[in-house]
Amino acid sequence: MIAVIDYKAGNLTSVVKALHYLDARDVVVTQSPDVVHGADKVVLPGVGHFQATQLLASLGLTEAVRESIAKGMWFLGICVGLQWLFEGSTEAPGAPGLGEFAGMCEHFPAKEIKQMDGKEISVELKSPHVGWNSLEQIRPDSRLLRGIADGSFVYFTHSWRAPVVQETASVTNYGGAFTSAVERENIMGVQFHPEKSADVGLRVFRNFVEL
Amino acid sequence: MLTKRIIACLDVRGGRVVKGVQFVDIIDAGDPAELAHRHAAEGADEVVLLDITATHEGRGTLLETVRRAAAKLFVPFTVGGGVRTADDAAAVFDAGADKVSINSAAIARPQLIGEIGSSFGAQAVIVAIDARRGAKGAEDAEVYVSGGRKPTGLRVVEWAREAEERGAGEILLTSMDTDGMRNGFDCELTAAVSQAVQIPVIASGGAGSAEHFAEVFGRGKADAALAASIFHFGVTSSRELKTQLASAGVSVRLPC
Repeated sequence: MIAVIDYKAGNLTSVVKALHYLDARDVVVTQSPDVVHGADKVVLPGVGHFQATQLLASLGLTEAVRESIAKGMWFLGICVGLQWLFEGSTEAPGAPGLGEFAGMCEHFPAKEIKQMDGKEISVELKSPHVGWNSLEQIRPDSRLLRGIADGSFVYFTHSWRAPVVQETASVTNYGGAFTSAVERENIMGVQFHPEKSADVGLRVFRNFVEL
Repeated sequence: MLTKRIIACLDVRGGRVVKGVQFVDIIDAGDPAELAHRHAAEGADEVVLLDITATHEGRGTLLETVRRAAAKLFVPFTVGGGVRTADDAAAVFDAGADKVSINSAAIARPQLIGEIGSSFGAQAVIVAIDARRGAKGAEDAEVYVSGGRKPTGLRVVEWAREAEERGAGEILLTSMDTDGMRNGFDCELTAAVSQAVQIPVIASGGAGSAEHFAEVFGRGKADAALAASIFHFGVTSSRELKTQLASAGVSVRLPC
């Protein structure tokens, strides 16, 4: 059974729709720690504010996820769901993340350095980062990104980003490199929205469903 | 690198896609679900469905249309037209939309922007602005509502800033001066709005060729551009448009 956690952070319709489209069996939308304990796989979607992840703690879901992934349950965090796997976010400094990966998520810088005519110039960087950007330096051993080539485009919409760490499975460049996918054994996350990323996104979901 | 987005727009009336020039000679152009799917397959980065019926009786039909279109659509999907309350928006999201576009309703009650955003996230709220240049040109362009019939007295740049402060995720800027003329986007106006806000600006109105898109992405500083009637006159698909843009040096999502 695949449990899709509903913590009132945006719209789950399209994630569930994509899983059904791929003939994933037994997809359950839930807020129950018991359901998470009984799941083979858990998807934590989420757009919106990092603060919303605090609802996970108050519903007992943080502990349920922590215990289940320690036992090998497959976990996929999307967008804020990826950020939650890190230690926290400057968006909500009082709300700790799961801490599976090191470092804090930070806001995109206000400016970026660009090369122009051999000189470095500082230009304004818009945020949020909205639109199609490419996956780079895909780790060849990534199971989540299996069959996806460097330079493939996926859809992003976010203002905070996770740092590049040892477990980073791909980076994306916008005001510098950030983690667009992260993976260690059964724990996985993507900053982009696979449910909105056409064929590349569906491939990510298929890889997860087939694990 | 973040690419420039090409957004395919479908005008829908009574559950069918219609096309026409400046709202005259409207003809049936097909089934919205089929066309949305085809645009996505042909490389559109997003699809917008604009309900131009906007009557009370039409709402049920619209939601059914949205549901059918969303079923197999895996690119961002925006629905506009007739969204007046947070409940209207919730119904559209429930049917499978990712974003709603609000226009007159946001002018009438600007709190609506924040109300939708607080439940569904800022990224789900597009504020659409219909603009017409004033005596001084782009700098005193004015916001119009009711399908462009009613002036509001609001300056476009100021309203765009307010919409951003209230939590809009993107601005969809339509120039009524250039709309339907096929002589190019209003780059000056688009640049003025794009420089005034941090959120993405989608340019609309006036596309007649691939060069027009290249201009609005360059000089107009647009983050995305709406392509509607261009597909009815000459350029046949997003793929063709993007291929032309790529050879003009614009960063676009290819292959798609």
